Amino acid sequence: MSLIYPKESLSAFPKHLSPGYKSTVKRSPSKPLILMPHTLSELTGPVYGHDAIQDGDNDLTRQHAGEPLGERIIVHGHVLDEDRRPVPDSLVELWQANACGRYVHIVDQHPAPLDPNFTGAGRTVTDKNGYYKFITIKPGAYPWGNHHNAWRPNHIHFSVFGPSFLSRLVTQMYFPGDPLFPFDPIFNSVTDEKARNRMIATFDMENTVPDWALCYRFDIVVRGREKTPEDID
Amino acid sequence: MSELTPSQTVGPYYAYGLTPEGRKKWKPDEKLYRWKETTGDNLVTADATGERIRIEGIIYDGDGKPIDDAMLEIWQADAQGRYADPRNGKPIPNSSFKGHGRSATDASGLFAFDTIKPGQVPGPGGRMQAPHIVFAIFSRGMLRQVYTRLYFPDEVANAADPVLALVPADRRPTLIATRSERGGQKVYRFDIRVQGDDETVFFEI
Ligand SMILES: [Fe+2]
Repeated sequence: MSLIYPKESLSAFPKHLSPGYKSTVKRSPSKPLILMPHTLSELTGPVYGHDAIQDGDNDLTRQHAGEPLGERIIVHGHVLDEDRRPVPDSLVELWQANACGRYVHIVDQHPAPLDPNFTGAGRTVTDKNGYYKFITIKPGAYPWGNHHNAWRPNHIHFSVFGPSFLSRLVTQMYFPGDPLFPFDPIFNSVTDEKARNRMIATFDMENTVPDWALCYRFDIVVRGREKTPEDID
Repeated sequence: MSELTPSQTVGPYYAYGLTPEGRKKWKPDEKLYRWKETTGDNLVTADATGERIRIEGIIYDGDGKPIDDAMLEIWQADAQGRYADPRNGKPIPNSSFKGHGRSATDASGLFAFDTIKPGQVPGPGGRMQAPHIVFAIFSRGMLRQVYTRLYFPDEVANAADPVLALVPADRRPTLIATRSERGGQKVYRFDIRVQGDDETVFFEI
């Protein structure tokens, strides 16, 4: 399968410099990026098969002796390219805070308890239809130092490998109806409302499991579009 | 308007999920990083042929301060110029060399990879590219990854490389690693400056 990667598609992404998110001021390139053609080095990318993961890596509620505290949820969806075709055999990794909004990370000093039954890391590989599924708990909101009374909306961090190294994507999945949306400079760094809304999972009643867990759907669209005959060099 | 899912920052807390072994190496006393690693900073496999090299560098922010929570990924061909990606019908390595690695910076902003020096790969118009390694850089304060390339010093092929040719001559040195020798091993130094007079060249791809 040979794809092209139109640069215009990147207009959906945040700008490198987004001053409302203060850390971008000193960490975004200040000189113009150099435009370059896509070569074999960009059009290829790592392939992680099902041997890269272990059974249960996608169930964050079963990595310890007991079950984590919090609201058990299912998060599932498809990894798709820009023509909405499935991206099979694609590594999907995620990490998140626990139900109290605390990460298992030495740098996180938020005074909320760690959960001995929750690490908060998971991974899976998409099947031939580009489908992935995780079982986890709903992460809590947490404060951060960007500005006075700054809080991150509930979110799950995702890392995805698509059809090439160009389609590599790190993003965050948000939950519908979060009251913190208007106040979060990271969420709002995506200036187009439709694009921003594509980071919000949809509540999935159909796949909610009775007496067990709510379900959210999060489709992830990565770079790559089918070549039309005019594109072929 | 495209339908892409927008990029968001990797944030400060990715390490226990994405680079747990690296974090243990930097801070051996940490007990928190129990998660198995998918991909780390040592790309060398026992069956890979070619010259073993080490790549090291510090990444600096606009104030010249080391960035201690960046994640760098590399993507490269094997010593014979083959990428480990079977999806486009090009020759692939006959070893388990994957060509992909991930390194988290330590408290001093240092990242490091142990790998194999890549061979030349085809470029646009049938011209060969000089040996190079593609870098994707993720960090708190970066809402999307930035891409750059590492080239090797003393490579005649650099003069004819079609991508280096796009870079103004005075900025080209930011893409070329410097070589030293440590305990019989070649170490390539590749510091990255996100801003400033000697800002590293980043590519829009
Ligand atoms: Fe987060």
